[in-house]
Amino acid sequence: MESTSISQKLDALYEFDREPVHQQHLHGVGNFLGVYAGEHIAGTEYVIGPLFVAHGVTASDFFLGLLIGNTLAVLSWAFVTAPIAVRTRLTLYWHLRKIAGPKLTALYSIVNAVMFCFLAGSMISVSATAIGLPLNMTMPTLTDMFPNSIEWVVVVLLVGAAVTALAILGFEKIAKFSSIASPWMILVFIAGAIAVLPSLGVQSLGDFWKAANEKIWTGVPFEGQTKFSFWHVMFFAWFCNLAMHIGMADMSLLRYARKWQHGFASATGMFLGHFVAWISSSILCAAAAGNVAPGPIAYMGAGIAGAVSVVIAGWTTANPTLYRAGLAFQVATPDWKRWKVTLVAGAVTTIAAVFPALMMKLLDFVAFYGLLLMPMGAVIVADYWLLPKLGLKSEYAASRSLGLSWPVLVAWLGTLIVAFTLPYEIFFIALPGWFIAVFLFIVLSAIQQRKNQSVAEGRIS
Amino acid sequence: MKIILGVAGAVGLLLTIVPSILVAAGQLEWQTHAHLMTAGMIVWFVAATWHSGLSKKT
Repeated sequence: MESTSISQKLDALYEFDREPVHQQHLHGVGNFLGVYAGEHIAGTEYVIGPLFVAHGVTASDFFLGLLIGNTLAVLSWAFVTAPIAVRTRLTLYWHLRKIAGPKLTALYSIVNAVMFCFLAGSMISVSATAIGLPLNMTMPTLTDMFPNSIEWVVVVLLVGAAVTALAILGFEKIAKFSSIASPWMILVFIAGAIAVLPSLGVQSLGDFWKAANEKIWTGVPFEGQTKFSFWHVMFFAWFCNLAMHIGMADMSLLRYARKWQHGFASATGMFLGHFVAWISSSILCAAAAGNVAPGPIAYMGAGIAGAVSVVIAGWTTANPTLYRAGLAFQVATPDWKRWKVTLVAGAVTTIAAVFPALMMKLLDFVAFYGLLLMPMGAVIVADYWLLPKLGLKSEYAASRSLGLSWPVLVAWLGTLIVAFTLPYEIFFIALPGWFIAVFLFIVLSAIQQRKNQSVAEGRIS
Repeated sequence: MKIILGVAGAVGLLLTIVPSILVAAGQLEWQTHAHLMTAGMIVWFVAATWHSGLSKKT
């Protein structure tokens, strides 16, 4: 009974986008170029570059890994997400509901919300490292799992309270401010990195590659850190937005695209945010003698503007993430007003942010987050393209009014169980995981549909 | 007005990026670059916010 109530409330919450997008509301490619550039120049970019440096990536592995990984990410948006988005014109929620059933979609939304809270928490931690600068706060280090000072706890709590209050008061205004900030923000990343190049011995362009190999991406991991290879960089660059492209969450955005080719617009986010910004933050980390705290390294490169950019980058990306988490959590608290749910999501997020582990283990967390949601994307792809070719019915839960599709549930959980037992690091298991999810879903759908067909035929005869 | 704000915004962005290139070329002190970036930040946000407000009205 409870889950029925939750799914009904969830339906009501997303009522406004129940219908496919109308022709007159479609957008051209320019809109998507801007949205992707803005979304992927976030506060976390200040952390990811330094973490690659800390894991001892070599310069050639880093550049080649980013080029190939980011290209694969763009291709995933263009060839996996966009074609289904422009054909269905539905959000992930409404499309998945037809395949998985309302109860399972509600469960997926709650899992997604918890992940959103942790992601927003890492962005609050990033902002706190800049706010703490004038207070001479002891910054968290790479190995800190727990708060290392009372100042850190107080600053994170204050930043978390401010971000939560703003998410409650004016989400739309912050989204607008975020779009204004993004062109400036990418320039701050670049300018900060250029300004510290002389301190790394770069006097001319010709010196760069030598400094890159000897002083920035040296190939030697920091003490206590594992060694990363080309494959780590490539798979991380490809899968750090796994939930969005192969996990299909960006159906909600790309359903507004006039053509599926607009999926290629994700290249602005990948090659500005996940290429230029990661290179820049790596350079800043090397110039700061291995310091990985975003606030100090940005200040060292760009002064006050750098510190402000860390605050803005963390804040503008934490806000919509927190807002989405609140929206998804609302299904579990049907009688609560939106502000109260956002407040609780903000409290969870802020408590998570107090632990620097969230920021310092961001690469692992992002990989885990994508992996957790990816099987649903595999199910959507298999349901749309493969089931009809195999003589099976797509959107079976909707056609049979099922509350929960057991083939989807087993494919989701089964994929995660199998994936986590594979003897590979977390960065490498999403790819085999996708094929496992597709295989499980197809086989189980065939069993479910043939069994139901036999029962129906038995009734007729 | 929109043109003036557009030019001001471009100046803000130039003040953000150009000083760093001069630092790398050994033509500017780091401290001056940091001050110019702060000025560029203020100019950019004032111009872009104002421009955005005007665009909304029209």
